[in-house]
Amino acid sequence: MAQATHGVGGLKYDASKRARPPELSVFVALLLIVATFEILGRLVIGDSFLFNTRENVAGLFNQQRLEVIILQVSIVGIIAIGVTQVIITGGIDLSSGSVVGATAMIAMSFAQVAIVNGNPNPKAIFPELGWLDLPVIVPILVGMGCGLIAGLINGSLIAYTRIPPFIATLGMMVAARGLSRWWSTGNPISFPTESYAAIGKGLMPVMIFITLAILFQLIMSYTKYGRHCYAIGSNEEAARVSGIKVEHHKVLVYVIAGVLASVAALVLSSKNLTAQAGMGVMYELDAIAMTVIGGASLAGGRGSIIGTVIGALIFGVIISGFTFLKLDAYYQEMVKGVIIVGAVVLDQWRQRRQAIGG
Amino acid sequence: MEEVILRTEGLTKHYGGVHALENANFELRMGEHVAIMGDNGAGKSTFVRQITGVEQRTSGKIIFGGQEVQFKGPLDARQAGIETVFQNLALADDLDVPSNLFLGREKIWLNLGPFSILDFKGMRAATEKALLRTAVKIPNLSNSIRKMSGGQRQCVAIARTATFASKLIIMDEPTAALGVQETTQVENIIRTLKVNGEPLIIVSHNMRQVFDLADRIVVFRRGRIVANLNKSETNGQDVVAYITGAKTGAEYADAA
Repeated sequence: MAQATHGVGGLKYDASKRARPPELSVFVALLLIVATFEILGRLVIGDSFLFNTRENVAGLFNQQRLEVIILQVSIVGIIAIGVTQVIITGGIDLSSGSVVGATAMIAMSFAQVAIVNGNPNPKAIFPELGWLDLPVIVPILVGMGCGLIAGLINGSLIAYTRIPPFIATLGMMVAARGLSRWWSTGNPISFPTESYAAIGKGLMPVMIFITLAILFQLIMSYTKYGRHCYAIGSNEEAARVSGIKVEHHKVLVYVIAGVLASVAALVLSSKNLTAQAGMGVMYELDAIAMTVIGGASLAGGRGSIIGTVIGALIFGVIISGFTFLKLDAYYQEMVKGVIIVGAVVLDQWRQRRQAIGG
Repeated sequence: MEEVILRTEGLTKHYGGVHALENANFELRMGEHVAIMGDNGAGKSTFVRQITGVEQRTSGKIIFGGQEVQFKGPLDARQAGIETVFQNLALADDLDVPSNLFLGREKIWLNLGPFSILDFKGMRAATEKALLRTAVKIPNLSNSIRKMSGGQRQCVAIARTATFASKLIIMDEPTAALGVQETTQVENIIRTLKVNGEPLIIVSHNMRQVFDLADRIVVFRRGRIVANLNKSETNGQDVVAYITGAKTGAEYADAA
């Protein structure tokens, strides 16, 4: 039979019946927001948001601004990659911000130098143990270990005691924040080794974010793991009777989310050259917001890493756009709140329309 | 003599003091389509749940494919070759047709443990074959199930049972929630399965459907089998008499 009948059972393949990828509408939203800032910029302050207007710099676009946009969302973006997977399986992870704080503190204490400007490191927390100037792999492994343990606890609680993910990760959120304060009794930890400082230098956070995003987008679309994430999120009972080990899978998803949060912590503490107990506060909510803006459904079953990356960019563009229009930071937060709620309302509306139409 | 694929001997299930199923002796031969009928609470679904391993029986034997079996769960039964289409569909709404067909037993292109890469081409080809075999009509395989009609979804669920080399298909009221046209579609699939010689147990309330599709009718009443009727030797009125208790099969006289 000819290729024209791509449907099965004699039905003609109908191109209009093909679903439009939801990422497309998110991308259009991104373009609209950029266009809005471009127009507002030209009208209000007579400058271009997107394009290069300086004569002494080459290039069509304002490269500096583009770099800032992606740099400021890439660290939370790394967390959002994990949060997206959790939300697709129908869960939620509130602990990622606190895991960032705890991981940053613990990893940094294994990345400290012994001598600062010829004097002993005043902030070193393991001098008598000699745990200073360790090779960079040690803080990296310790840090990722922290994320792994946090994820393992989250996942096991959710899968085996069957408490709601909201409660389990809320507990982890509070406990991990406590841990990060207790670790150095509230003091910041500074002076990392040069090799540790290289993790988050320059555009490294962007590179790490993009690499991880591509890797996990491929995993979500082409592997058994990804399929099972969507299956559990859309119908957990069906997944179970189909033979998917739902409990194992959930633990794995929360472990991956925890490890990604700890990677974000490594990048962040390296970039700032210091770790503080208050690091990562509210990051979990920003990550959830990026995911939801990117088209993921809080009911589970829908979403993608590409969508979340676009969601993160929308976030970055808005923050950068407000700075560009010289508006107060207070407005940013308010508008961010409106956008988050708006994205969820839109999702609900989309679902209801489908339920009626379908 | 035709080979017997499924036999139960004295199958019994008590829920505490409630005798939901009592001493059920049942037989299904290769290629045979048997309908199970009975009033609500007669024990039909309980009977199905024991065979599919969803529940554990109180006593009795299940002999499947010549061997006595003891299913610990629905997965065991599936692995043994018993595929069930449940009343509430076991489908993942957000996945497309091939993913649903192969849910939990995906074809693997490169084995990397949980991150094994899937063989999409293979699954798609097998899906098309299964859908042709059951004559299911789906406009676009790569759309999510959510956008499909109840009938199409039911067809996908049935095609799933036919995708794998199943030895026995059980359908628990497959058309209860469907419209007229969709019911016809599902019935056509069942006829295709009959032509292909696949044995089937169908639980149904619909007399016309039963007489259309089944070779034999087994009637349950108050947890017991009260009649085992060949379609050619009975009629609707007769079956109703057995269901309501006006009549009881001679060989089941003690059950009344």
